[in-house]
Amino acid sequence: MRKLVIPFFLMCISLNAQNPSAKEIIEKVDRNMSADSRVFTSRMVIHNPRNTRTVESKSWSIGEKKSYTEYLSPPREQGTKMLKLEDQLWIFSPSTDRIIQISGHMLRQSVMGSDLSYEDMMEDPHLLNHYTGKVDGEEKISDRICWVITLTANTPDVAYQTQKVWVDKVRFIPLKKELYAKSGVLLKKIELSDIVQLQGRWYPKKILFKDVLKEGDGTEFQMMDIEFNVKIPEYIFSKASLKK
Amino acid sequence: MIRFLLKGILRDKQRSLLPVIIVIIGVFLTVAMFCWLNGVLNDSIELNARFNAGHVKIMTAAYAKNVDQLPNDLALTGVDTLLIKLKKEFPEMVWGERIHFGGLIDAPDNRGETRAQGPAMGFGIDLLSGDRSEIERFNLEKSLRRGRLPIHHGEILMSDEFSRKLKVNPGDTVTLIGSTMNGSMTMYNYTVSGTIVFGTGPMDQGSVIADLEDVRNALDMNNAAGEIVGYLADNYYDEKKIAEVVIRFNSLYPASKDEYAPVLITLRQQNSLGQMIDQIKGLGAFAVFIFVLSMSLVLWNAGLLGGLRRYPEFGLRLAIGEDYSHIYFTMIYESILIGIIGSIIGISLGLLGSLYMQHHGLDLSSMMKNATILMPAVFHTRITPTAFFIGFIPGLFSTVIGTALSGIGIYKRKTAQLFKELEA
Repeated sequence: MRKLVIPFFLMCISLNAQNPSAKEIIEKVDRNMSADSRVFTSRMVIHNPRNTRTVESKSWSIGEKKSYTEYLSPPREQGTKMLKLEDQLWIFSPSTDRIIQISGHMLRQSVMGSDLSYEDMMEDPHLLNHYTGKVDGEEKISDRICWVITLTANTPDVAYQTQKVWVDKVRFIPLKKELYAKSGVLLKKIELSDIVQLQGRWYPKKILFKDVLKEGDGTEFQMMDIEFNVKIPEYIFSKASLKK
Repeated sequence: MIRFLLKGILRDKQRSLLPVIIVIIGVFLTVAMFCWLNGVLNDSIELNARFNAGHVKIMTAAYAKNVDQLPNDLALTGVDTLLIKLKKEFPEMVWGERIHFGGLIDAPDNRGETRAQGPAMGFGIDLLSGDRSEIERFNLEKSLRRGRLPIHHGEILMSDEFSRKLKVNPGDTVTLIGSTMNGSMTMYNYTVSGTIVFGTGPMDQGSVIADLEDVRNALDMNNAAGEIVGYLADNYYDEKKIAEVVIRFNSLYPASKDEYAPVLITLRQQNSLGQMIDQIKGLGAFAVFIFVLSMSLVLWNAGLLGGLRRYPEFGLRLAIGEDYSHIYFTMIYESILIGIIGSIIGISLGLLGSLYMQHHGLDLSSMMKNATILMPAVFHTRITPTAFFIGFIPGLFSTVIGTALSGIGIYKRKTAQLFKELEA
């Protein structure tokens, strides 16, 4: 009997070692996707039902709370700047020389008519700080085997109550996400691709956002250039910098 | 015979004055009431047509489906080409491009920070091209309370109530915060050139009007417009003419699956206006019917009384050998003459009164302060061709019928008893 129990026990330990917990997976995902600070230049290709527009911007962010974005093109948007501190956002429009503050529900509105909300664009949340996970199983996405994880919010102030995430088993990078409202309604679908190794981590260079409540073919968010954990001067995250 | 009767009516005031006065009053009230109801209906239709619905409105099919949300992302594009075609194909119509938009009007303090803010309903209309059609349609010159109409780009009109709420005066700068045709947030500075009073509750609470090109710049709607409104050249909504326009438009732009294809919606098909028109027309017709009926009863009664009052006279005429039928028909002819005289005077007075009210109107703005639907504050009467003859129904026919009924009694008179009656 003892001969049977010990191998069975060892096998269980071994299987458990092969199957990390949801928390471990999310930790590894956070290590890839989030950083203490980021500076990046991005391009949004917005596929509206009637046209396709391209918007380029440069963003600076520290943690989850501070973010600053300046639009580089097209000419109509050039010079528009956004500053987000905690849950408040200030937008500077150079043509009016005005700074307008928005907050609350407005932060969930579309940025530049894209499929991203201000929160999607300007926040870099550590999933582990806001969600509890549960591994649902495995699925294959584009020849990559993924963990399928359901994340449920454990803080009240998140935009998406539930997320279903397909995490690459090898690179620990999400390849697909479905974002749900508290009511259970699917709000957005996200596909992450062009995964490359950058500064010691895996990172997607292309993210396709699709707001399922909106017409159009979604918004491609292309990361043109990104630096992680760089020192960003504090003055960037001040209202004074908006008018500079 | 007619001359004889007419002389009798004119010379014997006791016989004719009271019946004629009653007919005049009855006919005057009938005509005035009819013109008033017509005017109320017409004012309501025209107000909606001028500010919002047009006599017809062209939009994309997708915009038309969600028109209450002012979905400028679904607006018509290539509007200049479309307008050229419309002007060529429908010369009996006058066309105007409009952008109807929503947004926030933000008034800054002297540091540029938000001092006051309020939601606004905006109209982008042609103010600066030199064509004054839209200025007249919105009655802007007469509605101006403070300042002046925009004469430069970048100027805006605000409803007076809204400007006072935001503590904004002519010459101040306000920022429109809205959404572009592509869904981006937009901010655009305007200088308030003047303030206006629309005279309708909902519009006075928070409306702004700017030149179409300025709104296009603000909302990134180059050569686009949410709506093209069309009006019959004489500015009166005529359902038959509009039906012809619809048929021709639909043959030019047959129904397609393209949700951005232009579709034409008539005034009747917008905002339940058709239902409203039918209800008001139905109620109006019913009210006129009841009024005409009651006036008819009054005049019929007057005819009856007139006949009865003259019983002794008929007795005498019978006694001296006049034929029953001759008396009866002279009574009828007399009542016809009284009816015609009374109706003509009553209709003339009714039309004169209505004409005055058609031009000056009755200001009920104090009763409309809290109205939440688009209703005019000043009501006018409206004279239509029907007003010229509707007064004859109570004035002529009722009087004659009344007399005819009372006259039947003549045939029941017995010649043998006539002298006894006279003696009595």
